[in-house]
Amino acid sequence: MSIETVDLTHVYMPGTERAVVAVDRVSLRIDDGETVGIMGPTGSGKSTLIQHFNGLLRPTSGRVLIDGEDLWPREKDGPRTADLHKVRRKVGLIFQFPEHQLFEESVYDDIAFGPRNLGLPEEEVRRRVTVALRMVGVPEDEAEALGRRSPFSLSGGQMRRVAIAGVLAMRPATLVLDEPTAGLDPRGRLELLETLSRLHRRWGLTLVVVSHNMEDLAALVDRVIILDQGRLILDGPTREVFRDPESLRRLGLDAPPVVALMHALAARGAQVDVSRLSPREAAEEIDQWIRAGRPRRAGSGREGDAGLVHV
Amino acid sequence: MSMFRDITIGQYLSGSSVVHRLDPRTKITIVGVFMVVLFAATDAAAYATLTAFTVLAVHLARVPARMLLRGLRPVLILLVLTFTLQLFLTPGRTMFTLGPLVASWEGLRMGLFMVARLLLLLVMASLLTLTTSPVSLTDGLESILAPFRVVGLPAHELAMMMTIALRFIPTLMEEADKIMKAQMARGADFESRSLSRRIRSLVPLLVPLFVSAFRRADELATAMEARCYRGGRHRTRLNRLRATALDAAAAALTGFMAAVVIGLRWWPG
Repeated sequence: MSIETVDLTHVYMPGTERAVVAVDRVSLRIDDGETVGIMGPTGSGKSTLIQHFNGLLRPTSGRVLIDGEDLWPREKDGPRTADLHKVRRKVGLIFQFPEHQLFEESVYDDIAFGPRNLGLPEEEVRRRVTVALRMVGVPEDEAEALGRRSPFSLSGGQMRRVAIAGVLAMRPATLVLDEPTAGLDPRGRLELLETLSRLHRRWGLTLVVVSHNMEDLAALVDRVIILDQGRLILDGPTREVFRDPESLRRLGLDAPPVVALMHALAARGAQVDVSRLSPREAAEEIDQWIRAGRPRRAGSGREGDAGLVHV
Repeated sequence: MSMFRDITIGQYLSGSSVVHRLDPRTKITIVGVFMVVLFAATDAAAYATLTAFTVLAVHLARVPARMLLRGLRPVLILLVLTFTLQLFLTPGRTMFTLGPLVASWEGLRMGLFMVARLLLLLVMASLLTLTTSPVSLTDGLESILAPFRVVGLPAHELAMMMTIALRFIPTLMEEADKIMKAQMARGADFESRSLSRRIRSLVPLLVPLFVSAFRRADELATAMEARCYRGGRHRTRLNRLRATALDAAAAALTGFMAAVVIGLRWWPG
């Protein structure tokens, strides 16, 4: 399962005075099993870009290929030969605040909406609903009771889980999420991050995550793509991208706190590797640096101490 | 999905043309007079006068004609239907027959006038909202309705309701677009040919839309009350409406147009 765009350009309201180039000649390739973060300031074209990944928008120019198949084979008004329903089954798209799309009377029916649209027999639908709930971390013995409840009676975090399960029930190979943790409380956020990361590790889903939250991206993805004013300006491993907080700041973005901490330490002369992303990695790095003896044992230890105290 | 994009009624296109600068009360009155006069028009000369007036207004407003025409696209079916019904159902001299249906010359005339009437009406109504910001539109309306307060008409409340409704049209359209896309990502079919499937596909769209509209209404009410809003009494305005020489000129032109059309109808001979 791969997603590829070639010189993808999207213009809203083309030909009018209010035309806006939302995505500008973006070429990228996302392969099977990857975890990719897309970030950029507000209005940089992130949301427009991801809507091309499952054929919800039609490019103004350029191409979108899913598994090598061109979604929009002819330039202008040609017949659609790509089966967009099939594509939408392969690439599951989860918008910001997905809980706003819930509409059924029960959680079960809402998750079953997608599989039923596929025309599956009811027993297969049932199986998919159960698996989808398990995938978002609802244990099997609770699934039954939860399935009978109204989706509108759930907490924010639970609603979001159910909405995500609704997309997972389509059995996509790739999950594309727009700001998945926006508006959740810290606990809901951590739980969701854990769920998403498990979707990748245990269920083998390819993840594409759009986010402003650098900590979320540091925790979830191995590769980061940065957009600015519709252009792709940086594409690289997460560690490399976060290594340079100054250029992120110029874009109105910021490095995760852990990276900022490591940079602050390094700036004060500490011998630490600044590419550590998670709190655990950072703790190990700092621990090693302290055990290496720089601050305490060295004769001129005052400098090192001062550095530690200030941080 | 493109169905939401073609609607021009209710949209505002900011600008600084002569028409944009008219007092909203003048514009509302002109459109009102225009509508009344439109129904008095019975012959080609009257329609020519009204069309000339409309073309002049569009030209002065510097609104791109393409935009206006695009707004008419959704009513195309209505226009065709009106024309066809008039053509075949008006009794008169036979023009041609189509099976059991008889098209008459009188029907052709009536059909053309009817279509012209609808078109002019739509263009003028669109022009009003295209050149008047929602805020000044409702200010104007409130000011026009104010005298009726003595008979218990809640002028301010009506105007405020309209402001809010207009304000939320684009928001709701955006929301509908988003929900539609989200359901399409779950395999919902909004483009099916079958009518019953299409109607059923509205449920996953309308339920979330209503839920979010109620949530928004609630939040808005709280936000307004938090700023001590309590209806029309004792409220003052930042921008007071003021009529200028421009309004006088527009009124004179409208009066002239109305006189010509009404004169054409009732002038002896």
